[in-house]
Amino acid sequence: MKVDLTVNGKDISADVEDRMLLVHFLRDVADLTATNVGCDTTSCGACTVLLDGESVKSCTVLAAQASGHEITTVEGLATNGEMHPVQRAFHQEHGLQCGFCTPGMVMAIVSLLKENPDPSEQQVRQGLEGNLCRCTGYHNIVRAALAAADEGKVSA
Amino acid sequence: MSILGTRVIRTEDPRLLTAGAVYVDDLRVPELDGAARVTFVRSPVAHARITGIDASAALSEPGVVAVLTVQDMTDLAPPPPDSGEPVGGEGPAPLGGPWSEPLLAADTVRFVGEPVAVVITDGRYQGEDAADLVTVDYDPLPAVVGPEAALTSESLLFPAAGSNIPLTSPVSADDAPFDACEVVVEQAIVNQRLACMPLEGRATAATFENGKLTVWHSSQNAQLCRLILCGALGMAPDQIRVIVPDVGGGFGAKVGIDRDGLVVAWAARKTGRALRWNETRSENLVGMTQGRAQLHHIKIGGNRDGKILAYRIDVIQDSGAYSRMGGFLPMLTCLMAPGVYDIPAVQAGYRVVVTNATPISAYRGAGRPEAAATIERAVDLFAAEIGMDPAEVRRRNFVAPDKFPFQTKTGALYDSGQYEEALDKVLAGAGYQELRKEQERRRASGDVRQLGIGISSYVEITAADGAAGETAKLEVADDGTATVYTGSSPHGQGHHTAWAMLVQEELGIPMDKVTVVHGDTDLIPVGVGTYASRSLQLGGSAVHKAAVEVKDEARRQAADILEAAEADVVLDTISGLWQVRGDPEASLTWAQVAGHTSGGLVADVSFAADLPTFPFGAHVSVVEVDTETGKVTLLRHVTVDDAGPVLNPVLAEGQRHGGIAQGAAQALLEEVLYDADGNPLTSTLADYAAITAAELPSYELLASETPTTVNPLGVKGIGEAGTIGSTPAIQNAVIDAVAHLGIRHIDMPTTPQRVWTAINEAQKAGNQ
Amino acid sequence: MIPTPFTYKRAGSAAEALELVAEYGDDAKFLAGGHSLLPLMKLRLAAPEVIIDLSGLRDLSYVTDQGTYVAVGALTRHHDVEHSDVLARDVPLLAHAAGQVGDPQIRHRGTIGGSIAHADPASDLPAVLLALDATLVAQGSGGTREIPIGEFFQGLFETSLEPDELLTEIRVPKPASAGAWSFQKFSQRAIDWAIVGCAVQGGNVALVNMGGTPLRAAGVEAALADGAAPSDAAAHAAEGTSAADDIRATRAYREHLARVLVSRALTEASSRA
Repeated sequence: MKVDLTVNGKDISADVEDRMLLVHFLRDVADLTATNVGCDTTSCGACTVLLDGESVKSCTVLAAQASGHEITTVEGLATNGEMHPVQRAFHQEHGLQCGFCTPGMVMAIVSLLKENPDPSEQQVRQGLEGNLCRCTGYHNIVRAALAAADEGKVSA
Repeated sequence: MSILGTRVIRTEDPRLLTAGAVYVDDLRVPELDGAARVTFVRSPVAHARITGIDASAALSEPGVVAVLTVQDMTDLAPPPPDSGEPVGGEGPAPLGGPWSEPLLAADTVRFVGEPVAVVITDGRYQGEDAADLVTVDYDPLPAVVGPEAALTSESLLFPAAGSNIPLTSPVSADDAPFDACEVVVEQAIVNQRLACMPLEGRATAATFENGKLTVWHSSQNAQLCRLILCGALGMAPDQIRVIVPDVGGGFGAKVGIDRDGLVVAWAARKTGRALRWNETRSENLVGMTQGRAQLHHIKIGGNRDGKILAYRIDVIQDSGAYSRMGGFLPMLTCLMAPGVYDIPAVQAGYRVVVTNATPISAYRGAGRPEAAATIERAVDLFAAEIGMDPAEVRRRNFVAPDKFPFQTKTGALYDSGQYEEALDKVLAGAGYQELRKEQERRRASGDVRQLGIGISSYVEITAADGAAGETAKLEVADDGTATVYTGSSPHGQGHHTAWAMLVQEELGIPMDKVTVVHGDTDLIPVGVGTYASRSLQLGGSAVHKAAVEVKDEARRQAADILEAAEADVVLDTISGLWQVRGDPEASLTWAQVAGHTSGGLVADVSFAADLPTFPFGAHVSVVEVDTETGKVTLLRHVTVDDAGPVLNPVLAEGQRHGGIAQGAAQALLEEVLYDADGNPLTSTLADYAAITAAELPSYELLASETPTTVNPLGVKGIGEAGTIGSTPAIQNAVIDAVAHLGIRHIDMPTTPQRVWTAINEAQKAGNQ
Repeated sequence: MIPTPFTYKRAGSAAEALELVAEYGDDAKFLAGGHSLLPLMKLRLAAPEVIIDLSGLRDLSYVTDQGTYVAVGALTRHHDVEHSDVLARDVPLLAHAAGQVGDPQIRHRGTIGGSIAHADPASDLPAVLLALDATLVAQGSGGTREIPIGEFFQGLFETSLEPDELLTEIRVPKPASAGAWSFQKFSQRAIDWAIVGCAVQGGNVALVNMGGTPLRAAGVEAALADGAAPSDAAAHAAEGTSAADDIRATRAYREHLARVLVSRALTEASSRA
């Protein structure tokens, strides 16, 4: 079937299998490989992207369902070569090690901060319940989220 | 000012944060254009004879290139004849002889998830469809589930071997040391089976062109992959190139290349097609090696003054269906059995058993967390028995600071340690006395939510194979940039940042002019890899050594250009300029010095350590237990982890954080489970309770740096310390929270059900 | 892992969805947010031949004040239920419980109707709506009908919806004392399904994951009606339940948890009222 998606501001049309998952559309059709697949059960959050500005797990959305919608992946987050505050905070706070969970974590936090610009540590932790990381023990990911929120407060 | 010891954020990150890393499945290199997909057909049963494989339905599906089974492996040499003896033993090598593991199952499957066949298809989705259509007939055999069942040998995994116990190192049965004790406590302690679960599962791509096999593999060490590939496929090293791109976590399970990856490489050679494979999580949770899986029977004895006099540990190592590491893991457990304590009599021994489960291999700590978990539990059991504060019992038994280097009863030579200082520091940091008062208050008031305070003091062994060393080649080009070729292969640890810091420190070439290359056997034919917390002390020391050699050569060259005596030529590591002492006008850049040479400035070195190092530390964990439901909440975790001088606190803290979380996961949540027939019950992430941010607090890290003398940087390993220290501290805290109810031990993971059961049984016992 | 092949159809309206299901019959499945069905399809535990995507039915996403009750469109996402001002004021139990479903990403996709129609006894919202005495509106080829929620859950993953019926609206009566609520979800990890859960609204008590369907704790409610104190009433929590044994909990432990959670929920609800 034919699907039309806007990915990182770019319109992409393709003829795909009806069953194609959004994450495979992003990786194999749009050739955007930052978004990773970490599980089969909507558990790990590695595949998190924004659909119309809200975080979703792209392994549990059909490309067909996303047709007509806007998708943002971590590749589309920086503007004019300038990292998004959440990306910058991950760098400053050492919020990543192997990097596999990172694109999904970053997108989950972008969405979280949009809905709650001034979260408590506990709200960040609860908000990341659907994103697994095996390297960082989450400590610096949580700090990065809080630092990005602080930066948002300063610039607001 | 030295850059070492300062907080330098990672150079790796901007790429990972904006474009994403390039893992095997992300590779878009021309050699893999049009690569076919490999999908494994895996055994759905734990133990069975294969009576037939019918691939005809799959072969008629669109896009199916081939279905390959063991019958197609005619190009591989048959396994060496059975010598009748287990091959391997205390080295981390697979057992051979009757215990051998095939690449694809021949006539028998021995665990759910064992590879039986591979389906090769043009597309990703076709593979899964076609694999479903391969029919394999199984004639079930009785499954051996759990280590105790294996000991009975009622059903044998390898009938030709005659038992399920490939290796034994018997523990002493001498009771005399215990007979002399006022108090003796015995306990069975489970160190449960865990999934290593790097977020990126296993992944391999391979091409075979013009007699050369190129293998891209998600691994902790490219060179070991090549060595294993050479052996398995009967090829010479120069016929194989292994490339390790970005790796999404390893934790021990990606050391080398396992049978699944070997099959992909073999299939590429067999079919001549470029192939790609990356496993699903459901495959990963049955197919990737798992960790721990030990059962301990312990006995600890001492006097009421708190002095421990005797300790015995009998380890049963469940190796899963195939003993891929021989006796290596329980050997390390026994080596580290007495931990930080100076115990006059220590008895340690093990049995390795095979069971119808996923094979066991290294997982963060590999044999040492098991040792630490059990001695730290044993000390708490002893403290409870004599009614003494567990911190005080530890103090009375530590190896004293003046006894280093300290030879343990189990054969380890501890290099340096300050065990009491570490404990005192962590207790002060945690506010131990205040916590005990709060605990007393809650106990007195009968609060539903009881407070538990757990302590662990630990020592571990890192770079146990330090004699194998590590390589580094350093080149300074005539544009003044430096390139490091390292045999150590990072997968999240931050080698690029750390190695560049070492070069800047020694040579004054700024970090942003230093490139680090790793993981390609054509560029770096000799290397050992990243595991066993060995990278900085061996790989980093090699980089340091190479930098010193380059500097010496550069001094000679600079002296030649400047027409000065070598002794008068100095490097200003702030400006990166070579100067003549007392003549600030005469100076040379690295570019000028390198340009003066014919072959460039190069040092190609390896560094080996004569001895391993023994990091140590102490953790305090604070938990709350809901005594009505059994649910545990981890409130605080405070640690001292001393691995010598810290190169970059950012990286070292990151290693400690991750380690703490993995230890917490074992203590609280995670466990691989099988039913009575050997079917895995935790084969998806919906069932395997991987720990999340919502179950963890922020950690409180305290600094301590006791150097070693076995390497020029004075450093020890930090990669596994967090896990080794945190696991027992958290388990001890849970038990401490309910100790006043009469509970002495709860096995890990301390799930709500398990804690509630312990409380319930203690209450019943109390009512009788 | 990926689903077996199927044909995807996107419905633009409820009428069109019903036409499609009439055309494809038992081979077809409705897809709302997809967060119950797609995971099963990826594990190949479900393999429908036709998927009828309901996401085009935007007019079925709403929360409106209807005087005596609040009407919630079946395709309203958990996220929107959680953040509804109307529900926060009139039915805070439902708004709160919707915020406990899955994780933020799941709440951005999953819908209240999808969750109810999937009828998983371990889900949060079926029990919550049971405690709230909700009425469900279903549209079929023959028109619409109202189904009291007490008659809706027929068994594990089974409801009284006909195959050619579409759940369109959930009507939640405004409780007399909106504040007298509690939702207790007990799980090992935040992300997990409830091992046991309990929803209380006034004197209504419903249980999550204590049998093949969500259940009203009739014994507890009867004791409360007779004037029993919360802790005494809670002793009846496991009566009439048939909880499963699984890797997270034995049946006996679930029964114990039900008593603890019901007691806590009743105490909290009465303290809030």
